[in-house]
Amino acid sequence: MTEELHEIRLRVNGIVHTVSVPARRLLSDCLRHDLGLTGTHVGCEHGVCGACTVLVDGRPMRSCLMFAVSAAQHEDITTVEGLAGPGGEPHPVQRAFAECHALQCGFCTPGFLTLIAGYLEDNPDPSEEEAREAVSGNLCRCTGYQNIVSAVQRAAELRTAEVVGGPARAAEEAPAPQPHSEGGHQ
Amino acid sequence: MSTRLLGAPVQRTEDRRLTTGGGSFLDDLGSDACAAAFVRSPHAHARIRDIDVMDALDVDGLIAVYTYDDLTGPMAEPLPLLIPHPSIIDGRTPYALAREYVHHVGEPVAMVVARDRYAAEDAVERIRVDYEILDAVVGVEKAMQADRIVHEGMADNVAAHLVQEVGDAPAAIGAAPNTLELDLEIERSASIPMEGRGVYARWDSARGGGLRLYSSTQTATGVRAAVAAKLELQLGQVEVVVPDVGGGFGLKIVHPWPEEVMVPWAARQLDREIKWTEDRREHFVASAHERGQQQRVRVGFDDGGRILGLDVQILHDNGAYLPYGVIVPIVTSTQLLGPYKPGAYRVEFHSLYTTTAIVTPYRGAGRPQGVFAMERTMDAIADHLGKDRVDVRAANVIKPDEMPYDQGMLFQDGRPLIYDSGDYPKMLRMITDLVGWDDFEEYREQARAQGRRVGIGLACYVEGTGPGPYEGGHVQVETSGKVRVATGLTSQGQGHETALAQVVADKLGVPMSDIEVTTGDTRRMGYSVGTFASRGAVTSGSAVAMATVRLRDKVLKIAADALEADPGDLEIIDGRVQVKGSPAQGMELGTVAVLSNPLRYAFDAASAAATQFSGAADYDRPPVPEDEAPGLEGTDFYSPLRCTFASGAHAVIVETDPATAEVRILRYCVVHDCGNLINPTLVEGQVHGGVAQGVAGALYERMAYDEGGQLLNASFMDFLMPYASEVPRIEIDHLETPSPLNPLGVKGAGEAGVIPASAAIAAAVEDAEGFRIDQMPISPSELFHLRRRHARGEIASVPRRPAHRSLTKEN
Repeated sequence: MTEELHEIRLRVNGIVHTVSVPARRLLSDCLRHDLGLTGTHVGCEHGVCGACTVLVDGRPMRSCLMFAVSAAQHEDITTVEGLAGPGGEPHPVQRAFAECHALQCGFCTPGFLTLIAGYLEDNPDPSEEEAREAVSGNLCRCTGYQNIVSAVQRAAELRTAEVVGGPARAAEEAPAPQPHSEGGHQ
Repeated sequence: MSTRLLGAPVQRTEDRRLTTGGGSFLDDLGSDACAAAFVRSPHAHARIRDIDVMDALDVDGLIAVYTYDDLTGPMAEPLPLLIPHPSIIDGRTPYALAREYVHHVGEPVAMVVARDRYAAEDAVERIRVDYEILDAVVGVEKAMQADRIVHEGMADNVAAHLVQEVGDAPAAIGAAPNTLELDLEIERSASIPMEGRGVYARWDSARGGGLRLYSSTQTATGVRAAVAAKLELQLGQVEVVVPDVGGGFGLKIVHPWPEEVMVPWAARQLDREIKWTEDRREHFVASAHERGQQQRVRVGFDDGGRILGLDVQILHDNGAYLPYGVIVPIVTSTQLLGPYKPGAYRVEFHSLYTTTAIVTPYRGAGRPQGVFAMERTMDAIADHLGKDRVDVRAANVIKPDEMPYDQGMLFQDGRPLIYDSGDYPKMLRMITDLVGWDDFEEYREQARAQGRRVGIGLACYVEGTGPGPYEGGHVQVETSGKVRVATGLTSQGQGHETALAQVVADKLGVPMSDIEVTTGDTRRMGYSVGTFASRGAVTSGSAVAMATVRLRDKVLKIAADALEADPGDLEIIDGRVQVKGSPAQGMELGTVAVLSNPLRYAFDAASAAATQFSGAADYDRPPVPEDEAPGLEGTDFYSPLRCTFASGAHAVIVETDPATAEVRILRYCVVHDCGNLINPTLVEGQVHGGVAQGVAGALYERMAYDEGGQLLNASFMDFLMPYASEVPRIEIDHLETPSPLNPLGVKGAGEAGVIPASAAIAAAVEDAEGFRIDQMPISPSELFHLRRRHARGEIASVPRRPAHRSLTKEN
């Protein structure tokens, strides 16, 4: 009962990997256990929670619903490890998540980050309602989503500033908002 | 420091790794480990006749299969009953692998170890277990009837029974001018962290053997002691390291899980690294749930709405086993009282076995049920008397000048239920102001004119937080000036690394960037209890603060010696010890660390300065003074006298769809008092997450068992965990009533958000619909059917409520 292995080539975060996998190997398991890219997390293995979201040719996809051999038919995969810029500077959505306290345990976070990074490419300036809708396919058990929605909009701001003037300019033009608290302190 | 870090909305230090894929969760570790998988019972109640593993043996990659018969010594005994209590009549706990009987779907029957998880599951599905199917017992009514018995050798299904009384409640109710009776019910939900459970074990057979165990747990030291006992190891042979944990919410305080002893046991048997990562279906059926209770409330009250006597009977579903004792129903019984003084009080619970997943604390830990009982009662009293619901609460709350207030009972930590501080009248004022309680009737009329149905509700709670016995803090300054901090309890997303660093930065005078915090690692702190009951900031925060103060004294003493100054004239600013008023006279903290540890050998420029010929020596004193230890570190432990009591109130405005019966939350307001805030951003994050789970438990989530004990919705497709589209925006106002019981004046904040949500939402739906809501959660179809029953006259109407509060003195 030895399984047949298939040699595949996956381009992940700009690097081409050659790996031998059985046909049933999930892309999520291949990324995590064959390539050691453990930033992509698995929360349900039935495509509902979105923790395993990666960008496949720029589009958010659930890596637990895709076989590694199928993923090899695509050009390019981006995981959370590949979101940062060439100099290691964090992606606007990574900065926004930290600024807005949009994560607590951090387990679902990579799925949200890749989802939002992909979303902002097509929707650079979402309203609050659109931002909420955009993240409404991923589960988070810690945050209650409010700060994630804020982070989508903050990421859009940072990204726009970056597109106009590069990361340095972005920091100048979109200074971090004062961390806010709802209501006053008594 | 020029600005105080305690109380500041500092960004989290955890986030750099967690936003870049740099976190290390349990399944991210052990890339070379073998995988374990479990054969689990498909039946709710059965006797195992035979286990046939033959077909599994030719699976490529199979390493071992274990059943109960392979276990010996303590491993063959039932798992421990962690928290014994005199009320427990017959405390049953599971075996690591089922011995003869299984008592819930998902109970582990056999363990497979294989090259990887794929191979392990191939083997699992080829193992055939022959079961004699026995009767399932689902729901507290069936359990109480005792026509069918869950456990062999028991005459009924009562695991525990407790009556607690303060005064003579039946007599007080009998003599009261008004009485009411309510039958209430709350269904099961569960913690459901995004990361399930997981265990990874490495056995080192050298020198008598040693175990390194990684577990996705809420207690490192608890797991260490439990596993050591089962594997007959000394504590010194076991290290438990808790990596990043993807949420816990109470579930992961249970220990040891069957898998948590089987994985290290097999790692030793095989002398191989083994890892088990729970999958989502396993999590639903084989971890733990909470909340399921039926309550009967009898209350007597005067014409002003003041409660004279309260008698509550609780049927509590504890599932198949009782590994965590009766903490949940005890918490319900005691925290039901909330911010009120009910006169005489009697509470009785029966904790019942059913053939379903075990019930152990889930965020709130019995409080949501207690608050549901009390707050539904408050609303019923108001309606009975034609009074405003806020007025009735105001008539019953404890006043600030009555603090500390002794409720006359023992709390879940076995210590007196004495509220330390709080301002409940102010809390009520704040929540009614925040939600606009007095303007609501106007809004309701406007909505009604548009054909819309809206309602408002509120609920209050008091939460005992920060129980002992203790936590420790260890703070060490390296010669580089970097500060290493350790505490024993674990983190599941609360931001302890940030909050504890704020405490150290504030007390020691060093920048946050120089501080590194470790939690949940027995190599760094061997004495600890764990993370539960909203105790992290209170216990570890206090311990770290005390250790830092101790360390600071040592810093100042050594620096004063070197600077020939008085310690009282020194201050520490940005990691530099200096003479107040003449900052040029001073030294870096790292230099103080060098001076604190006299050396024989030089390793670098810094250590050369501490060697024996490096400077003037006092030949009358040994290099390390008596009563001192080398190195710049401080350890201290905080052991609270008793819990500190946080409080809060939630108010909700809902709209119910006249056609579809969907409930939409229009506003969700929170007033929250957890004493002094270490970091308001983190506290608000905790409130947001708690409210989300509260809304989930009120409107969406339930564990749908059929009569045969099958969990029908054991997946994220079927269990309705809310997305961003279901959770409302939350408005928060903070009240800060410091605790007098700990050096930081803090109270716990972790669970608060979830506690009053079901009560507040039930009140708002009731207000919108005009008939009583006594069961939660409530789905659109249930509300639809309630409307039909109401229309047929089967459910009493709620009387039209007064448009305005009477402005009483109390309020």
